[in-house]
Amino acid sequence: MNFKHKFVFLFPGLFVLIGILIFPIIFTIRLSLSGWNSYTPEMNFIGITNYIRLFTDDPRFWESFFRLSFLSVTTVILQYVIGFALAMMVWREIKFKRFFRVIFLVPMMTTPVIMTVIWRTFFHESLGPVNDLLGGLGVKPILWLSDPVIAKFTVIIVEVWQWTPFMFLLLLAGLLSLPKEPFLAAAIDGASPFRKFVYVTFPLMAPISIGAIIIRLIEASKIMDTVFVLTSGGPGTATETSSFYIYIKGLREFQMGYAATLSFTYLVIMIISLTIIAKVLTKLMIKE
Amino acid sequence: MKTIKTCVTALISALLVFSPVAYADKWSDQFPHIKATGDIPGDCSYESMSKKNYKGKTLKINTHAVPVMGEPTALHAEQFAKLTGAKVDVTHTPAGDLYAKAMVPFQAGQAPYDIVFGFSNFINDWRRYLEPVPKKYVEMKQMKDVTPSHIGVASWDGVMYQFPVDGDRHYLKYRKDVIDNPEYQKQYKEATGKELKVPTTWKEYGEMAAYFNGWDWDGDGEKEYGSAEVMKKDDLMYAAFYSRSAAYSKNPKTPGGFFFDLETMKPLINNPGFVEALTDWVAATKYVPPGGINFGLGDEIGSFGGGQTLFSFSWDDAFVAAMQPDSPINNKVGAAQLPGATKVWNRKTNSWDEGFNQAPFFVWGWAVGVAKKSKEKEMAFDYLCFFANEANHQADIGIGRFGVNPFRNDDFKVDVWTQIGWDKDIAQSYVDTLAQMEQSKNRVFPLRVPGTFEFNAALATAAAKALAGQLSPQAALDEAAKQWEDILNRVGKDNVRKAYAVGVAMEDNKQ
Repeated sequence: MNFKHKFVFLFPGLFVLIGILIFPIIFTIRLSLSGWNSYTPEMNFIGITNYIRLFTDDPRFWESFFRLSFLSVTTVILQYVIGFALAMMVWREIKFKRFFRVIFLVPMMTTPVIMTVIWRTFFHESLGPVNDLLGGLGVKPILWLSDPVIAKFTVIIVEVWQWTPFMFLLLLAGLLSLPKEPFLAAAIDGASPFRKFVYVTFPLMAPISIGAIIIRLIEASKIMDTVFVLTSGGPGTATETSSFYIYIKGLREFQMGYAATLSFTYLVIMIISLTIIAKVLTKLMIKE
Repeated sequence: MKTIKTCVTALISALLVFSPVAYADKWSDQFPHIKATGDIPGDCSYESMSKKNYKGKTLKINTHAVPVMGEPTALHAEQFAKLTGAKVDVTHTPAGDLYAKAMVPFQAGQAPYDIVFGFSNFINDWRRYLEPVPKKYVEMKQMKDVTPSHIGVASWDGVMYQFPVDGDRHYLKYRKDVIDNPEYQKQYKEATGKELKVPTTWKEYGEMAAYFNGWDWDGDGEKEYGSAEVMKKDDLMYAAFYSRSAAYSKNPKTPGGFFFDLETMKPLINNPGFVEALTDWVAATKYVPPGGINFGLGDEIGSFGGGQTLFSFSWDDAFVAAMQPDSPINNKVGAAQLPGATKVWNRKTNSWDEGFNQAPFFVWGWAVGVAKKSKEKEMAFDYLCFFANEANHQADIGIGRFGVNPFRNDDFKVDVWTQIGWDKDIAQSYVDTLAQMEQSKNRVFPLRVPGTFEFNAALATAAAKALAGQLSPQAALDEAAKQWEDILNRVGKDNVRKAYAVGVAMEDNKQ
């Protein structure tokens, strides 16, 4: 029997895949080989000139990439620790459990740009309430957005506040789906809560933890709105991340060809590094 | 007696019917925005526009976010729609995205907007996609009143591409109640041995700002600070830096370029003049309000306009905002030209020329053009002409948040400002400042070359690194100069030189 006609049914899905995934990537690669900008608005071919520029003459991109790595790893670790703690808290039978579950999710449901505007107002060094409160306690004004080091931590605070609920949600779902038997066995053996967490809960949660961490790392590595609104990458370039830098090159300076080069290179680096991170996490967290 | 009464009645009736004021009242009743002047007869007055019929047609406009320029665009769109029957769709876009929002469809050969607002330094990149302003508008009475500087800013090689709706320049704003206060003059003299007066050099500006920084000098229970400046990267800070640099680097003895040496196209932005300016600016981070290093234009307007600082320098908006009746420092501010310097760099002799030097910076201004591919060009130009008609213009320039600033000869008359409640001496200092800038022979105009955005962004990034302490002023500007060389190589030196020559001719008073 000839089943070749069955492939016809694959075509709609294939077309969609090509249209929404393959075509944009191929177009980006082609654009990255062009010098499209405000004064040469055409898809000319300039070979790998943009890639040579990126690898030999653009330290700002690499600085922004390492800064991004620091910001995303730090925020995701904090989100994981806090999210896990909150999930553990409402996993147990406590009063107002449902209320807390909803409250903990509120930050994630707000619009990031709007909330960042509000955070920026909080942290405004001369007009914001945070320094006012600290002043009341006799603490000197803190340069939340003007000091190159403190500004990074301000970005981290806002990111952790906004996205810990996402981690909380995934981890709580994971906790609720765990089997009861290992916990009963541990209880019969008289294990302390700490030992139960280390030897039962944490290992059982490892697969979902890895998934949650990887999802958040992917999202955190695209951090843009928080930086854009809170600091515009400043002071200087102290909080500039890769995606913000690509935005500046592409849509502020209109170097479309070069921005495509940055985007494609960034995509390749992210695929490689996230694959490595996933493997390392699996090795560390899942014991055979 | 009856004859006299009849004559008087007839005279009053005739005046009511034929005088412009009475004529205008009909429109100011409907449009309270122009209540101070009523309609002013002209080719694009309310009366003239009411005779147009654009029913069934739609005009699409991309403008800035509310309020600066966005609010007057929307207001005049609503008025225009009422008068002509047109439907006007106004889209508001943040300043940083105005360029790209127009350029993306321009380059794709589309015209989603009939009218695009931007900055006048976009002109070189945009002009190929814009319809030149038709002769009938260029020759209108309202256009004849626009100052030559602003006609130059809106034009390229003698062709007007941008319809003048705004005129911008940077100048100094100061707290008159402090600078003129005899108590503070005495106190300052005792503390520093120097006179407290309107600063004429950036060094004096810095000394006074540092002295009046961090204490409550206006008795409102809050601390005040020395200066509010636009220091936030990517938020027009490059313009603030050029303002600070002009006095040190625009040498009238060395024509032929402020940003580049027109002959060699060597970037000049890392010469000792610019480095001196950046060194001053780094010092300024010590006398701005907390967080001042992140101040964008809105913050600067709010800070100085709200009475938080002694000095400020940038566009008119902060000054006009400070002079509005609801301002806490209404009639307590003064205007003066940008401070100068006691030396200026001479790139020919590679040394400093000693002696006072001052150079006004014409920054740019809000600019607006009609897309070449628009299908409603006539309606679009009528809208722009209506936007900038005499009555609207006079009402707009008195509202600080509108961002519409003087660009007509009539704007330099004191009466225009005293009519809206300004003290006469403040109005005089304001119009004198603007007029002196127009008359100066040592002016700096904005960079308007292919890749303007890249040049300005590279400069802003380098200056921001210096302000944040990441690099020394010299190292930062060396980095910027290196990037300018790279951009020149990418764009082509000859392309940039050709465009730059137009601006240099204006600076060298050859146009």
